[in-house]
Amino acid sequence: MKRVAVIVFPGSNCDADALAAARDAGSDAYFVWHRDTTLQGADVVVLPGGFSYGDYLRSGAIARFAPVMTAVAEHARAGGSVLGICNGFQILCEAGLLPGGLMRNARLRFLSCPAWVRVEQPDTPFTCLYERGEVLEIPIAHGDGRYVVDARTAAELEATGRVVWRYVRDNPNGSTNDIAGVTNTGHNVVGIMPHPERRNAPALGGQDGARVFLSMEARHATQHAVDVRARDGRHLRV
Amino acid sequence: MSAFRVEVRVMPRAALLDPQGQAVEHALHALGFGEVAQVRMGKHLVLEVKAATRDEALARARAMCDRLLANPVTEDYDVVVGGGAAR
Repeated sequence: MKRVAVIVFPGSNCDADALAAARDAGSDAYFVWHRDTTLQGADVVVLPGGFSYGDYLRSGAIARFAPVMTAVAEHARAGGSVLGICNGFQILCEAGLLPGGLMRNARLRFLSCPAWVRVEQPDTPFTCLYERGEVLEIPIAHGDGRYVVDARTAAELEATGRVVWRYVRDNPNGSTNDIAGVTNTGHNVVGIMPHPERRNAPALGGQDGARVFLSMEARHATQHAVDVRARDGRHLRV
Repeated sequence: MSAFRVEVRVMPRAALLDPQGQAVEHALHALGFGEVAQVRMGKHLVLEVKAATRDEALARARAMCDRLLANPVTEDYDVVVGGGAAR
């Protein structure tokens, strides 16, 4: 069982869902307030979605200077796993822990709808239970979701397998190269614009996002080997 | 020490799509302002900065831009320091 710290900023609104998704996957998940300076022995850090600090100035621009972010950056630099979902992805980009930035959707409108993404990189702590090329249905809910990065960095991300998810069928926000999620050079810091925590159980209309959280347990399993198998279309820990 | 009025202009990088600017441009065209093109939209911040000299106020304001006010990946900025009023 891994210890998963879900960071709560003023304006986070997917923190409870992220905590529940991590617990459903078998993790020992708990909240850490943005003013705290320790992660309480976390194996994995999750920066949840929402509108931290009201998205003032730029999405994530002020949250990245929250006291807890010093500990998050240290955790990341030591190779610890960090997942940023939506606003969390924006914060990781603002903090320089991931390349690029997120700008206003190309069609301006705030989008809250299903999106389809293809898994491009299963070699991360959050995708190791997916197959390369799997297409997942995961909802999006963002106004500033257009991932932009300069051409040279985009080419480097592609060449080094650091695009983790890519939109298929439709690119909802106009992101560079249809990118929906990326990772850092160490593959331990991952950002994703869609919300896997909103799609982790049949009651939510599907569970394509569940293995993001199950992957954390599988990847870090040392004492408790976790075997995840699909049975009758449901992913179970056995 | 003087208090300098510092104006910071933050604009989306020229190479990047600016959908807000485009929407404003379309609205202007719809109103009959057909002569308008290349509308881009950014932010304008006005600060009061205490400093010994204009140059110091400029340097501090630039440091603020680099750390917080602008995102170097997506935005460019420029800084104008107005007159200092002696305190």
